[in-house]
Amino acid sequence: MKLLSCSCGHTNPKGTELCGGCGKPISEQANNEKTLNMRYEGAARRSQAYHKSVVDRIWNFFSSVKVGVWIIVILLIASSIGTIFPQHMYIPTNINIGQYYENEFGFLGKLYYDLGFHNLYKSWWYLLLLAALTVSLIIASVDRFFPLYRSLKNQRVKKHVTFMKKQRLVSETNNLKFNFVKNNIIKQLEEKKYKVTTDGDSLLAEKGRFSRWGPYVNHIGLITFLLGGMLRFSPELFVDEFMWIRDGETSSIPGTNGEYYLESDQFLLELYDEDDETFQNAIQRAGGTVVKTYQTSVTLYRNQNYDQLRGDPDLQEIKTYDIRVNEPLKFDRFALYQLNYKLNEFKAMDFKLINEETEEEIGQIRVDLFNPEMNYEINDYTITLKDYFPDFYLNSEGVPSTKSSIPDNPAFIFEVNSPEKEESEVSFLSIGSNFDPNESNTYIIRLAGVDMNHVSGLTVRKDFTLPFLVVGGVIFMIGLVQGSYWTHRRIWIRQEAEGVIIAAHTNKNWFGFAREINGMAEKVNLSQVTDQTNINEEKEREKYGGSE
Amino acid sequence: MKRKKRLVIRTIALLIIAIAVGYMLYTSMNSNKASAVRVGDQAPNFVLSDLDGNEVELADYRGMGVFLNFWGTYCPPCEREMPYMQDQYEVYKSQGVEILAVNVREGELPVKRFVERYGLTFPIPMDPNADVVRKYGVIPLPTTFLINAEGTVTQVITGLMSESDIQEYMESIRP
Repeated sequence: MKLLSCSCGHTNPKGTELCGGCGKPISEQANNEKTLNMRYEGAARRSQAYHKSVVDRIWNFFSSVKVGVWIIVILLIASSIGTIFPQHMYIPTNINIGQYYENEFGFLGKLYYDLGFHNLYKSWWYLLLLAALTVSLIIASVDRFFPLYRSLKNQRVKKHVTFMKKQRLVSETNNLKFNFVKNNIIKQLEEKKYKVTTDGDSLLAEKGRFSRWGPYVNHIGLITFLLGGMLRFSPELFVDEFMWIRDGETSSIPGTNGEYYLESDQFLLELYDEDDETFQNAIQRAGGTVVKTYQTSVTLYRNQNYDQLRGDPDLQEIKTYDIRVNEPLKFDRFALYQLNYKLNEFKAMDFKLINEETEEEIGQIRVDLFNPEMNYEINDYTITLKDYFPDFYLNSEGVPSTKSSIPDNPAFIFEVNSPEKEESEVSFLSIGSNFDPNESNTYIIRLAGVDMNHVSGLTVRKDFTLPFLVVGGVIFMIGLVQGSYWTHRRIWIRQEAEGVIIAAHTNKNWFGFAREINGMAEKVNLSQVTDQTNINEEKEREKYGGSE
Repeated sequence: MKRKKRLVIRTIALLIIAIAVGYMLYTSMNSNKASAVRVGDQAPNFVLSDLDGNEVELADYRGMGVFLNFWGTYCPPCEREMPYMQDQYEVYKSQGVEILAVNVREGELPVKRFVERYGLTFPIPMDPNADVVRKYGVIPLPTTFLINAEGTVTQVITGLMSESDIQEYMESIRP
C-alpha cells in the first residue's frame, strides 16, 4: 500500500486530502483551494484506497454516491411507470388479462402488458434495483462511516497553520499571547457546552459530534425498511390479494390456499337521507348523493379438506360479519377489507314465450346467467338453451363468442319445441336484438325482466412485515432529527508567531456559528472571525465588475 | 496483513448480501406466480368433477403421461388449440397419454356446448372455485403442464400451441 507521510510525521493512506494528524493539505487539489473541503475530514474513503481485486471493484462501484443516486432515479422512474395503468392484481380475475389491457387501453395497454409492466413491482429487475439500492446504502455507509469515525476519534488538538488559515471561519489577532486569554476562553467555551482539550498553546473545542452520525443512523433505518419490504415477497409473511364476490356467491379466498371460503349475503350501499334536515345542507353542498356505508355481509367458512384440493369443499361455518370500510373481517392472521364494488351486474333474465300469431303468452322462464339450465319446460312446451355467450361478441371469423365469463352482454340461442309443431324453432337473442334465422318462427321469445346483483370487491391481507417498517421508520426519523437539529461545531485556537489564530468548522448554520464565536471573542478581546467564502465571493465580484 | 483482512471481510460481506438478494429473488419468483408449480415439481393432486359429474383425480393417472391444460371458453387461443388437442388425443390415448382440460370457473352450459361444438372426448374437470388454478399458479390462459408417468412436471407452456407442438409434447410424456 502506498503511504503518504506528512511533515508532522503522520503517515496517511493514498487518497488522503488532509493529513490525519495535523490537517495540512496533502493532495494538490486541497493545496490549491482557498477554503478546504472538510468532507470526511479529508480522510481517504475506503474505496479509494485500493483498486485491485474484483471484490474491491464491486465494493467501489456500490460505494459511489453517484451510483446510488442513479439507482434512486431509475427506481423512481420505474415506480412511476407502474402507476400509468392498473397493476394486474387490481383487474377482475376471470378474464384474459392480456386482452383486457389491449381492450381497455389500446396499443399502449398491449405494449404495457407485453413489457411485463402489469406486474412491475414484482418483476425481477425491479427487485434487483431495490436490492442494488440496499447494497449501495450499506456499502456507501460503511465506506464512509468508519474513516470518519476514526479521524474524529483520533483527531489532534494541534493543527497545521495552513489547515487553519484555509478554514471557512478564521480570525487572526496580532500581538497577543494566547496564554493571557486562554483560561478566559476556556471558561467561555465551556459555558457554551463545548468540550475543550488543550495541547500546549493549542486548543480544540468541540460539540455536537453526535449529529455527524445522523445520516448513518438514517441509513440503518432505510435498510431495515427495505428489508421489511423485501420480506413482503415471502407468502408466509405477506399476502395482498383482491377478490370479487357476488351477492349469494360462495367463493374461495385467494391467498389462503383454498383453506377459507367466503359467502356474501349482500353488498349494501347506504346513502345519507337527503330529506333529513340534519344533513340536507351538507349534502347539497357536496353536490348530490353522499354514501353513508359500504357494507358486505359475509359468512366465513373453513374448508376441512383444503389440503386435498377438491372441487367440492367441505365447509364449516366459522362466523358471520358485516365488513365495512375500516372494519375488516379478521381471522387467522388474515383480514378482509372493503375496497371496491360494482352495482347492478346482471344475474338472471326472465323471458316470455309468445305465440306470434295469436299474441298469446304461453309462459315465462328464468335463466340464471352464471349457471344456466339447459332445458326449461312450460306446460307442453320445451325451451332448450342451445348456446349461451355471457359476454357476447363476434370473433374475427364472425362466429359468436364470449369475451369473458361475466354476463355483461349476454346472448342466447334458444330452441323451442311445441306440441303443435313437429319441427323445433331456433331464435337468437341478445341485448337489443331478437333474431330469427329462418324468419318463419311461430313462437317468439321476449325479454320479460332482468334480475340484478351487486358485486363487492374485497382485499385479502396478511402482513407480518409491518413491525420492520415501523422500526425502520422510527430509526429513520431518529437519524433525521439527529442530523438536522444538532450541529457539529469545532473551534481550533493556537499561538502563532504574530499572534493568536482562531479557525472554526461546522457542518451547517455557519451564520449562527460565527455569531456564537464572535460573542465569545468580543469578551476576551480577540478579533472577530470572518467568513472566507464571503470574502472570496466579494473578490470575485470585484474582479468581474458585477453588481446586483 | 491489513489488506488481506480487509479483502476477506469485504468478500464475506458481499457474499452475505448476494445470498440475501438471491434468496429474495428466488422467493419472489415463486410468489410471483409466473407459475407456482414449476418444472421438476411433483404435480399437486386434485379432485374435481367433470361435466358428467364423475370425479377426476390426478393421482389416478399415475403411470400415464398427463397433458394438463387450463382453459376457458372466453379465451380465443384456448378455442383454437382445442381441435388440435382432440386430434392428438385420438392418437396418443391408446399410448398412455391422457388430456385433462381443466375449465376455470365457468358455468356448465357454455362449457358443455363448447365441448359438443368441437367434439371433445377427453375429461373436462371443472374448477368452480379456482382453487386448483391458484394452486398451480396459472395466470394467463391457456397454460399447459406436462406431467410424466412419475407425476413430475416436465414442462410448463403458456400461450397458444400448434398441432405439431402438441404432438411433440405428447410424445415427450409418453410412458
